[in-house]
Amino acid sequence: MRNKKRMCDMESGQKGRVVEIDVKGSILRRIRDLGLIENTIIKCVGKSPFGDPMAYTVRGAVIAIRREDGKKIIVETGGFCEK
Amino acid sequence: MKKFLTVALAGNPNVGKSTIFNNLTGMHQHTGNWPGKTVEKAEGDCETENYHYHLIDLPGTYSLTAHSPEEQIARDFLCNQTPDMVIVVCDGTCLERNLNLALQIIEICPRVIVCVNLMDEAEHKGIVIDLKKLSKMLGVPVIGTKAHQKNSIKNLKSILEKEAERKKRSIQKGKMQEMVSLSEIIYKEVVEVPENHDKRDRRLDRWFTGRWTGFPCMILLFMGILWITMAGSNYPSEYLTYAMFWLQERLRQGLIWMEAPWWLQGILVDGVYQVVSWVISVMLPPMAVFFPLFTLLEDSGYLPRAAYNLDCPLKCCGTCGKQALTMTMGFGCNAVGIMGSRIIDSPRERLIAILTNVFIPCNGRFPTLIAVIAMFCSGCFGEGWIETVLLAGILTVVVLAGVFLTLIVSKILSNTILKGVPSFFALELPPYRKPQIGKVIMRSILDRTIFVLGRAAAVAAPAGAVIWMMANIKIGNASILSFGVQMLEPLGKIMGLDGTILMAFILGFPANEIVLPIMIMIYTAKGNMTELLGLLEIRQLFLSNGWDITTAVCFLIFSIAHWPCAASFFTIRKETGSFRWMAAAFFIPAVTGILLCTSVHLILQILS
Repeated sequence: MRNKKRMCDMESGQKGRVVEIDVKGSILRRIRDLGLIENTIIKCVGKSPFGDPMAYTVRGAVIAIRREDGKKIIVETGGFCEK
Repeated sequence: MKKFLTVALAGNPNVGKSTIFNNLTGMHQHTGNWPGKTVEKAEGDCETENYHYHLIDLPGTYSLTAHSPEEQIARDFLCNQTPDMVIVVCDGTCLERNLNLALQIIEICPRVIVCVNLMDEAEHKGIVIDLKKLSKMLGVPVIGTKAHQKNSIKNLKSILEKEAERKKRSIQKGKMQEMVSLSEIIYKEVVEVPENHDKRDRRLDRWFTGRWTGFPCMILLFMGILWITMAGSNYPSEYLTYAMFWLQERLRQGLIWMEAPWWLQGILVDGVYQVVSWVISVMLPPMAVFFPLFTLLEDSGYLPRAAYNLDCPLKCCGTCGKQALTMTMGFGCNAVGIMGSRIIDSPRERLIAILTNVFIPCNGRFPTLIAVIAMFCSGCFGEGWIETVLLAGILTVVVLAGVFLTLIVSKILSNTILKGVPSFFALELPPYRKPQIGKVIMRSILDRTIFVLGRAAAVAAPAGAVIWMMANIKIGNASILSFGVQMLEPLGKIMGLDGTILMAFILGFPANEIVLPIMIMIYTAKGNMTELLGLLEIRQLFLSNGWDITTAVCFLIFSIAHWPCAASFFTIRKETGSFRWMAAAFFIPAVTGILLCTSVHLILQILS
């Protein structure tokens, strides 16, 4: 089952493929510099004590991203990337 | 005559650039396991058979399309100064993301060496990297290194030599491109990663950043450090006090024997020597214990987790989790914390971090806090280790009050003069690393001791002389010092302190280490006591000068919230580039401290 959701709604341990980044300008630049571009496979690895920010594995590094930034990034879960 | 080449060390944040730099140059740049440790470029030299290399250690950057000031340093240097050679340091455990920057640099620099660092950690995690293939695909020499192995550095030097002799690659100057996709292709070709290679890190994260365990772990960890500091500095402090006192008497006898005039004896023994000996015996031991422990924590990779935990509350106050990193740096030294604020991208949030950093008690203020807490609370809660644990608990509460104050003032600032909304935030959580315990402890105790002794000579000694003169040069009936103390007395009394304490904080502007010694000097100058040995005697001295528990509480508050020390003050000037912000950084904590002390004093008075 393929399923689109916002990056910030991923469950801990869930994997997903980035399909859309709805951000512009310098922030998009920053996000891409972290290796977060379309088709990147990411994995949610946990939440901080308050539930925000959340941590994701992106290209081998663990990166914490806040909910309001994560909600602009759409991922596709299920299907090929679920093991 | 050896040929001279400039070599830049570039790479993502936290890949071990500074460690390689140190190993190549034999220098001791501060290193630590968190992104943003190096915010200013460092320079040093190293030699091989035929060449002399001038090395430049650049702050870490994710890409050449730079954002924050410290990333810009790296970009500007590579693009405008064009070094003869660039060593791109990559993290072997996270090669894919690192390759983006490596490919960008290969595009614009004619001689590049890619150095895949932390190979030992990668091996440990079962990650296999085909370095030969990587070198072929990138078209530049690639070397794998283990940061702490001598052999690695030898290999790196021989590759440096080889590359220096080779012809420059031709490069096309073009627009800086994003290389993420190309990185992915190369990465898939050369690296094998087992699933769950980061199992241990995630398990630790579940503890350190867990919903119910994150904050308790943080507080316990911190309290543990404070406890070891208090318990560990007790005995050395005692012995040093005796030794320094013994020496003082010999010094005085020597001067008497030489028939030195009374004022020279006064300046040298009661002024210079006494202040210096207080700094060494009371201030130095806690500093020398706290700093290595703090460095161990820094090396372990825990600090970014603290920032991760604290991001949410900080965001509510209009700033970001990276401020937690600069705050923790402030525990070491506020000036370092202020400079470290460069890792924060948004100028607004950076200013808030700079202006509020002094609310975190630095290494120079810890011993004062410890001494006052020990003086007024010891004996109240039993004996032995239980007592030290409880004292550490009180100190933790004081520090938490500082953190809390930082949050409130940040909130007020972001609602008034620094209005704005929190900007984009991304924080890397590096793998945990086992610190090189022995080396760190030796190094940082030695560094700290030398640093404090240096400051003692440069600041405490002249301060001692000046204060002695102020206490003994008389205008009419009163000395200059007692005149000043009397002037400050009314304000001090309102704040629950006294004129002496305020005077000590004012005279302590060059370095906060000397506040306590100055207070002792002023009180003893009034002629109440001549022999001072341990904390008990100081306690007696303070009590006979009208201290009570309210004074102690107000003193603790004022030590957290008053003006920044000289070093922090000038760092703020340098970092903000404006006198207005420097003035703000002076008045914000000072006014906060005065208001807080006054209200706490009032409340305590009403209660009793």
